[in-house]
Amino acid sequence: MAYNLKEVAKKPERFTGGHRMCAGCGAPVVVRQILRALKPEDHLVAGSATGCLEVSSFLYPYTSWKDSFIHNAFENSGATISGAEAAYLAMKRKGKINQEGETKFIAFGGDGGTYDIGLQSLSGAMERGHDMVYVCYDNGAYMNTGIQRSSATPKYADTTTSPAGKAIPGKQQWRKDLTEVMANHHIPYVAQTAPIGNLKDLYEKSEKAIYTKGPAFLNVLAPCPRGWQYNTPDLMDISKLAVETCFWPLYEVVDGKYIINYKPKNKLPVRDFLKPQGRFKHLFKAGNEYMIEEIQAEVDRRWEALLKLAGEEA
Amino acid sequence: MAIRERMSGNEAMAVAMKQINPDVVAAFPITPSTEVPQYFSNFVADGVVDTEFVAVESEHSAMSACVGAQAAGGRAMTATSANGLALMWEILYIAACSRLPIVMACVNRTLSGPLNIHNDHSDSMGARDSGWVQLYSENNQEAYDNMLMANRIGEHPDVMLPVMVCQDGFITSHAIENIELVEDDKVKAFVGEYNPKDYLLNKANPISVGPLDLQAHCFEHKRQQAEAMKNAKKVILEVSEEFAKMTGRKYGLFEEYKTEDAEVAVVILNSTAGTAKYVIDQYRAEGKKIGLIKPRVFRPFPVDELTAALSKFKAVAVMDKADSFNDAGGPLFTEVTSAMFAKGVFGPKVINYIYGLGGRDVRSTDIEVVFNELLKIAETGTVESVYNYLGVRE
Ligand SMILES: Cc1ncc(C[n+]2csc(CCOP(=O)(O)OP(=O)(O)O)c2C)c(N)n1
Ligand code: SF4
Ligand SMILES: [Mg+2]
Repeated sequence: MAYNLKEVAKKPERFTGGHRMCAGCGAPVVVRQILRALKPEDHLVAGSATGCLEVSSFLYPYTSWKDSFIHNAFENSGATISGAEAAYLAMKRKGKINQEGETKFIAFGGDGGTYDIGLQSLSGAMERGHDMVYVCYDNGAYMNTGIQRSSATPKYADTTTSPAGKAIPGKQQWRKDLTEVMANHHIPYVAQTAPIGNLKDLYEKSEKAIYTKGPAFLNVLAPCPRGWQYNTPDLMDISKLAVETCFWPLYEVVDGKYIINYKPKNKLPVRDFLKPQGRFKHLFKAGNEYMIEEIQAEVDRRWEALLKLAGEEA
Repeated sequence: MAIRERMSGNEAMAVAMKQINPDVVAAFPITPSTEVPQYFSNFVADGVVDTEFVAVESEHSAMSACVGAQAAGGRAMTATSANGLALMWEILYIAACSRLPIVMACVNRTLSGPLNIHNDHSDSMGARDSGWVQLYSENNQEAYDNMLMANRIGEHPDVMLPVMVCQDGFITSHAIENIELVEDDKVKAFVGEYNPKDYLLNKANPISVGPLDLQAHCFEHKRQQAEAMKNAKKVILEVSEEFAKMTGRKYGLFEEYKTEDAEVAVVILNSTAGTAKYVIDQYRAEGKKIGLIKPRVFRPFPVDELTAALSKFKAVAVMDKADSFNDAGGPLFTEVTSAMFAKGVFGPKVINYIYGLGGRDVRSTDIEVVFNELLKIAETGTVESVYNYLGVRE
């Protein structure tokens, strides 16, 4: 059936409002849409690493999760959900699960909980082949603790532990390409997506990830108005710019085959993505043009490498 | 009829796990507990258990997966030692506060550093305030029996806490000794099914586990956790009594060896209690009135019972196979003495020995040094040194 946002949005919400995430935050939009891709008859066991999503969606005694949910710690969302999935298999074998539909397993983690402290736990869970999805909602910093740099933070971004100072102009390292790292786990399904337009790309990839047997990984851009310092209502514009500049390409790796889901007709300069964000303000000062040039060169290099992987020419 | 066998302490724990047939075993190799998951993965490979064996990439993930599995509604078990237990640290506390009755085989080994694979109790002693029930075992038989009782204790509705069964690395984990096993069907009936009230896989009643829990409620939850640990004492005694009916093997909170008329006693955990019993028998033949108290249950700490038992002695040596590096005494000593003070038991003179660190051999002659000192204190009424080291080059 063709994707239709109106129809999809009619499904009963599995992630309710009333959570405490900031207005204009990408994460709850992403989570809600991912959960819409579940079949209504299926039960979900979701998990989240410590981070903005967790502390804002499950503050005792309130929970936004209508399905079952578990938060364990910061670095172990992957391992925790892998344990729940293992219990499901054993309990099914023993005849202890007698309910309609299937149970699906999704682990969420922020970029800190995924690219950094939880990378080992994620890698282990994926390598072991659990039938689960790991979703990284990537807002490019440790937002929950006050916008510290992570290995997902873009180069030159101003964060509270990579401040744009007089001697050092923000983060000095390139961001880790986690989607590639996960593709090289050779698991059945890996995709990179973002909340743009009618959220079709996100929905379809979520559906594939959830209903592909075995481990799947989704890396989802989830802009943060606090950390990125953009205008709260501009969430969707910012995500779109990330995609249109090829800073955040939409692609998937299905059983090892790379598919680029969107190739901008007119690839926008990366400055269009950087400009509306306060964390890159210093890049636009006179004398700092080289920073934007460097970023542009790196974005181009990575985009071309991706085209090659997908067997396409630039 | 009970099954007579010969096996190591590790195999005994693995066999207990096989008989329990848990839903998930998530474990990572570390000497000297490695054999436990090795034996267990053979049971899985041979199809004699229904368990999912999750060969995790670290002990942190082992405990994390156990939390996920147990919260999901399954029975989860693991085995570890030393640095493995240390790597689990963070999640030990989360397992306990989430009231998940996971069971762990803890094969005691020196916690780094320096790196050392041999036995002392620095690993489990460090985890003493993590909220886990801790049971200690002198030999393979006790390790096996404690494992069979662990689920019943932890899963009791008044408890719902994780349980750690400890035995000494190499000394008992690798020593092959006689053992009496319980028949599979009897174990199955004794251990029973795990049917938690609430669990993640229950589609009919979804739950959320592990909230952000701030000033308004966190303290109440901690208070309930403390109460659960308190309740564990009674449950341990009940389960042990039932176990005794099945096997004839009696277990309490601690074992008293030849204490009836004893004037002095040592308090020792795990395998060294065996060495102490040997020395006691020798000395008793010479008419010396000495005895042993061997705690089985360290968490919850049996304050009333232990202090009552100790009150009759003139002198007591508390033996610690772990140091607190506090210039005050090892963990068992500080707990025993503070319990005695709180209970107004001021009669006995109490001293402390730190012994066997890093697997230093503890010979009967070492234990003789302790009893000789205690007998001297009993006679003179004076203590020369409270905080002592045994069997170390100074
Ligand atoms: C072991 C450990 N170290 C540090 C923390 C503190 N901490 C909690 S959340 C967080 C950052 C989360 O960042 P990320 O995963 O990117 O999620 P976000 O808050 O940005 O959504 C940190 C550093 C912790 N909870 N546990
Ligand atoms: S700080 Fe950022 S990531 Fe966290 S809730 Fe607010 S907008 Fe979302
Ligand atoms: Mg983040």
